[in-house]
Amino acid sequence: MSKIINISRRDFLKTGALMGGGLVLGFSLPVRIPLAEGAARSSKSFTPNAFIRIGTDNLVTVIVNKSEMGQGVYTALPMLIAEELECDWTRIQVEAAPVNPAYNHTEWGPLQGTGGSSSVRSTWMQFRKAGATARLMLVDAAAATWKVKPSACRAEKGFVIHDATKKKLSYGKLALNAAKMEPPKDVLLKDPKDFKVIGQSMKRLDTPEKVNGKGMFGIDVKVPGMLIAVVARSPVFGGKVKRYNADKARAVPGVRDVIQIDSGVAVIADHFWQARHGLDLLDIQWEEGDMAKLSTQDMRKEYAELARKPGTVAKKKGSAEEAMGKAAKQLEAEYEVPYLAHATMEPLNCLVDVRKESCEIWTGTQFQTADRNAAAKILGLKPEQVKLHTMLLGGGFGRRANPASDFVSEAAHVAKAVRKPVKVIWTREDDMRGGYYRPMWYDRISAGLDGDGKPIAWRHTIVGQSIISGTFFEQAMIKNGIDATSVEGAQDIPYNIPNTFVDLHSPKTGVPVLWWRSVGHSHTAFVVESFIDELAHAAGKDPYEFRKGLLTEHSRHKGVLELAAQKAGWGSPLAEGRARGIAVHESFGSFVAQVAEVSVKPSGEVRVHRVVCAIDCGRFVNPDIVEAQMESGIVFGLTAALHGAITFKDGRVEQSNFHDYPLLRMEQMPRVEVHIMPSKENPQGVGEPGVPPIAPAVANAIFASTGKRIRRLPIRADELKKA
Amino acid sequence: MFTIEVNGKKHKVDVNPDVPLLWVIREHLGLTGTKYGCGIAQCGSCTVLIDGTAQRSCQTPVKDVQGKKITTIEGVPGSHPVVKAWIAEDVPQCGYCQSGQIMEAVALLKKNPKPSDDDIDSAMSGNLCRCGTYQRIRRAIHRAAGTIAKGGRQ
Repeated sequence: MSKIINISRRDFLKTGALMGGGLVLGFSLPVRIPLAEGAARSSKSFTPNAFIRIGTDNLVTVIVNKSEMGQGVYTALPMLIAEELECDWTRIQVEAAPVNPAYNHTEWGPLQGTGGSSSVRSTWMQFRKAGATARLMLVDAAAATWKVKPSACRAEKGFVIHDATKKKLSYGKLALNAAKMEPPKDVLLKDPKDFKVIGQSMKRLDTPEKVNGKGMFGIDVKVPGMLIAVVARSPVFGGKVKRYNADKARAVPGVRDVIQIDSGVAVIADHFWQARHGLDLLDIQWEEGDMAKLSTQDMRKEYAELARKPGTVAKKKGSAEEAMGKAAKQLEAEYEVPYLAHATMEPLNCLVDVRKESCEIWTGTQFQTADRNAAAKILGLKPEQVKLHTMLLGGGFGRRANPASDFVSEAAHVAKAVRKPVKVIWTREDDMRGGYYRPMWYDRISAGLDGDGKPIAWRHTIVGQSIISGTFFEQAMIKNGIDATSVEGAQDIPYNIPNTFVDLHSPKTGVPVLWWRSVGHSHTAFVVESFIDELAHAAGKDPYEFRKGLLTEHSRHKGVLELAAQKAGWGSPLAEGRARGIAVHESFGSFVAQVAEVSVKPSGEVRVHRVVCAIDCGRFVNPDIVEAQMESGIVFGLTAALHGAITFKDGRVEQSNFHDYPLLRMEQMPRVEVHIMPSKENPQGVGEPGVPPIAPAVANAIFASTGKRIRRLPIRADELKKA
Repeated sequence: MFTIEVNGKKHKVDVNPDVPLLWVIREHLGLTGTKYGCGIAQCGSCTVLIDGTAQRSCQTPVKDVQGKKITTIEGVPGSHPVVKAWIAEDVPQCGYCQSGQIMEAVALLKKNPKPSDDDIDSAMSGNLCRCGTYQRIRRAIHRAAGTIAKGGRQ
């Protein structure tokens, strides 16, 4: 069914003025360089709104306000526009949006940013309306030229066509006249059954630039006179510089300056290697502060003790306590997961060029407004005086969406002192030890089964740091002492259990924490889906059938569960030594079930051979990208399940690089099959929802194979070793 | 002063002999397709060809490559079967590791134009991808091998 959308005329004119009024757009990122004309931008163009510019050269530029970090927004969002604009997909280029209120997130208040698997969902109407508006104005321009009714014209592949006279004009030829047309009050969006682009596996617009070395990431940007800085930061969080000796560092050829900033000591040089070399010679003494004794072993004990005390109530349905007393069988377990680093392949970096009354920043960020404002404050400038260029992100996973703007603020401090364009580059070790981790969690969970093996009581106590506490999201996301991200996926379990109780402890440890791909779900899915499996086995039921029987009120969970089980051949015989595990979880509006096929060697080494994944993300925009995101989420979650842990000893992070914080490698890659559920629901997230189910699916398969229950991640070979 | 030959062009660079080739390529020659990922030869993002062999440029001092032929991602033509296969399979996500992956794959296919899955695993396991594009990389290498078998020029 088509919908009539009312565009607020005032909003339209505001964005129209913004674009037409000579606003200098941000750093152009020609993702696709048109073959004939080169990337040269026409000086004259049609800019119907903040997201589209059509040149007289027929090139359609889509200005994307979401950061491309691999999840495919530089393709999926232009597809939304292309669907309604009826332009030629091979004549589209993408440009990163500058920081401007016109580009604010439609759900986050006055913030421009990318996260929460929300890009397609939150631009679903906005981008299609933008495309439809432009199309209508192009049609009006053609109709006026030909002196016919607009309704007698149609648009197709970058042309407006008048069938009666077979007249045809390209968007490029119409661009200047279209700019003079009155913007429409209402636009009629397409009936989904007429979609030609949405729902198709359009080729990614960013692939060509990513296979020829030309794609520009933050770390690749160079401006004239640029210096490189490397920063020595305290080995203990919260530590301060006590003393250091800059003499030897200054003597290194190429080193231009050594300065002390809030976060440590920066060595500034012509080139990276000189700065790094200088840094090694600083002989810094640190005032280590309150966290000098921090140790993971102690924290685990403290968390375990907290888990035995009543916390803040997050969910109470019926009386779990009373029902537990009546249960025929009671189960209790404790689960643990560690701190995790995002470990994006591109280490953090930020280039700042500060002038007398202006500043330019080049970086890969997910939080443009916050980062720009933080830099402006440090530099004593107005936010509008700071121009932030969003580059390609060599991975984000939440690390580049920091309310504390750590890497941008630090670079601003360095630039303020140096007064020359300077790029701060974090080494891998800096990045690994720089904090903002996925919190460590400790969960105590219990349940009661009735005589038929049906769960009648569920109690879950969660211990772990709040990500939101102390940030500008606090008011919106912490209610009655509960950080919504700490309990997501735990306080809203889909299983039909009459009495449930969930409480939360949010200890303060001083370790900087942040969202890490799938946030709270990264731990709650592991706990809930593993423990449900424990209940199934305790009840003597098949884990798949047991779940299905408890999902009576959640058809979409049930739908993906059945699809994954069916495609995986659940229950059919397997090669010797192999076993299957299953898990299902909802996150970011999408439902994902996975079946993992696993074997465990006598040495305890776990091999995941095959993963069958089913997703219901509502209406999908680009199925190939959905599939890629499921593959990606599975690898990300598997890396954490098999390898990931950031631990502390004497206040220091024990890991430093990929030799002691390993990532999944090609030889460990399972065969992944993705099945997408057809749906007419609104589109939902795909960047994160692939992550949560994989750890429990694998752990459940390990139980099926060995009878050993994994309750602590990462999975340890020595615990699975055959005696 | 060192003379290095990159993508068929000779360059004179005035750097300390111990500076890793990676930083010379990126900062002195301005060829930023080769990436810094770990600095300790653990991730493969910095992979280049040195006399046809895939090497980690982050662990190769510039003094060691005098008189050798270096190829970076910028020196791989767009018509190369590996590049075309990468596009056909839409392999990259964030894209940061992909220059290194492509260089490793180019070297593999030169040595072994018809690799099995196991050959691919063993050749490519030194190249990390945090986005998890491994399955597509495998597919793309097989596709490129198919093109080469039909006479596609490497």
